Amino acid sequence: MTYQEDLMPGKSDATDNDAGYNYGYLNEQTKRMIRRAILKAVAIPGYQVPFAGREMPMPYGWGTGGIQLSACLLGPNDVFKVIDQGADDTTNAVSIRKFFARVTGVETTEKTGEATVIQTRHRIPEAPLQEDQIMVYQVPIPEPLRWVEPRESETRKMHALEEYGVMHVQLYEDIARHGRIATNFMYPVKVDGRYIMCPSPIPKFDNPKLDMSPALHLFGAGREKRIYAVPPYTDVKSLDFEDHPFQVESWDACCGLCGARDSYLDEVILNDEGERMFVCSDTDYCSSRRAQGNFGPMAGREDVAELMGESPQTA
Amino acid sequence: MYVAVKGGEKAIENAHKLMGEERRGDPSVPELGVDQILQQMRLAVDRVMCEGALYDPPLAALAIKQAAGDLVEAIFLLRAYRTTLPRLYASRPVDTTTMHVRRRVSATFKDIPGGQLLGPTFDYTHRLLDFSLAAESQSSIAVATESEPEGPMSRVMDLLGDEGLIEIPTPNDQQHVSDITHDPISFPVKRDARLQSLARGDEGFLLALGYSSQRGFGNNHPFAGEIRMGEVAVSIVPDELGFEVEIGDITVSECEMVTSFKGNKEELPRFTSGYGLSFGYNERKVMAMSIVDRSLQARELGEDVSAPCQDEEFVLYHSDNVEAQGFVQHLKLPHYVDFQADLVMLRSMREEIMKQDTHREKSGEEVA
Repeated sequence: MTYQEDLMPGKSDATDNDAGYNYGYLNEQTKRMIRRAILKAVAIPGYQVPFAGREMPMPYGWGTGGIQLSACLLGPNDVFKVIDQGADDTTNAVSIRKFFARVTGVETTEKTGEATVIQTRHRIPEAPLQEDQIMVYQVPIPEPLRWVEPRESETRKMHALEEYGVMHVQLYEDIARHGRIATNFMYPVKVDGRYIMCPSPIPKFDNPKLDMSPALHLFGAGREKRIYAVPPYTDVKSLDFEDHPFQVESWDACCGLCGARDSYLDEVILNDEGERMFVCSDTDYCSSRRAQGNFGPMAGREDVAELMGESPQTA
Repeated sequence: MYVAVKGGEKAIENAHKLMGEERRGDPSVPELGVDQILQQMRLAVDRVMCEGALYDPPLAALAIKQAAGDLVEAIFLLRAYRTTLPRLYASRPVDTTTMHVRRRVSATFKDIPGGQLLGPTFDYTHRLLDFSLAAESQSSIAVATESEPEGPMSRVMDLLGDEGLIEIPTPNDQQHVSDITHDPISFPVKRDARLQSLARGDEGFLLALGYSSQRGFGNNHPFAGEIRMGEVAVSIVPDELGFEVEIGDITVSECEMVTSFKGNKEELPRFTSGYGLSFGYNERKVMAMSIVDRSLQARELGEDVSAPCQDEEFVLYHSDNVEAQGFVQHLKLPHYVDFQADLVMLRSMREEIMKQDTHREKSGEEVA
């Protein structure tokens, strides 16, 4: 046996790099452990279930929690969509989609309506979700109380005793200092009238989409080793005050490409003169609107062709 | 023109190719072999095995080659591979008194049964660059002749323990041993899970914490009771056989620190101790680990928990470099959706304040 063969026993066929890996990368025992955690999470909406998160072949912070969930959910009949910042073509979304295409052979799509499992970072798609869909969120810090109390041993107690007053104090401090609630993303919600939950770093614009959603929402934090869920048709309320009700952000502009006024907009700086445009963060929503004949004021410009997805990606 | 931060598969592929080129360097220089790393960069291999939590020297060497010498990246590669391996058996506890000792030092006694053995160490080298190593090949290397000790060698700690001067934990085969790779850590942590965490913890982080305690942030007066390095046998008890079978030898480093004593009028005073163990030859790591292990016993020993190195939640949640490097570096992923949310609010807040200011100026003029 040569040294190289010794390194890779049973893998002399260089073309079959993945032969040593199970369907969906994780082994079946790990999947079972994670599925149990998912079931518990669904049974106790908003409660963070500890699970023995595994190292994944992507770094922590790149969505290892969501990736572990998807690895346990995807089967041969699923259609998988991955978005990062709402877009299907951001680098990490491409990378995760490719990973699952490789380790499961799952069919992938960019269409929100066609997907059965949608893994996301920082956004919920604009198109309404359906009953048979599962949203998988990549979560960096699952603990909504973390910025009030850095200790896990304390925050678990606070959840157990429903000691949530401090969250409202924090929001009140915002109002005292800035005249408004100044939390714009990772805006805390109360799930099913019990647990305060971090909706992952989605902008608060997306919070209302969680309330009574027909889809199942699963949240995975790989590094922090927590899984939590919002089951279908669950009450999800963003924290607020009677005299300072929860509000979402709005723009004066519309999407430069498709003209949408109801979607979350990203700001793009076009040149050194500081010329800017706003575009839908949800690329599928934007391109579907354009396919239906809706165009924004910038749609004809050549220097934004790449944003329209009309030129090959070379970035 | 500004190019939006979006990248297709082609961009990713190109990045991989460029990294491959960077790794290979000048093609006119012969390629580095995995066996060369294994033989000639052994301490790097040992660190990667230790923090990668997998004893496999050839794979650790491969990871170092693949990571172009970035050890934290190599540790991550090995850890990601490790997690896919099936767990066949838990080994029997390793008995380091049966170690085939290559190095053994005690700072607490001038001489100890079995003797001190300097072994391979940088300790007394003068740190002068050896320009002769820059030459392409060396004709001969003088072989060190040091008689190797025979037979089992008791630990210095056991000698102190026999006298009751230090508490030696009694072995208990019935007690369940935690496994931090199968159960997420929860607080307060038991010592088994704590030692497991520290064993795979980042050397630099533990070094700094140990150092901080020496400088007074959670002082515990450490003495190096014993440091030893060498080969120990690993055994398992296969279910179908029911008796112990040796499956191989591994190199380990072990350090036991004798630290400040406790006791009072009612309880006889005795020293406390800290423990460090690692795969391979990782002396700095095990020394730092043993100091931190001792610091983390503060809660159990009834000491004030005031310094960072005594705070188990602080230490254990932040010692894993695979976790830490990932979360710090994920900041380079796009965050423009959340940034936009802040931007929108900041602009509107500024606008509001500026409007109020102009209004105030106007009304001020009217009064004047």
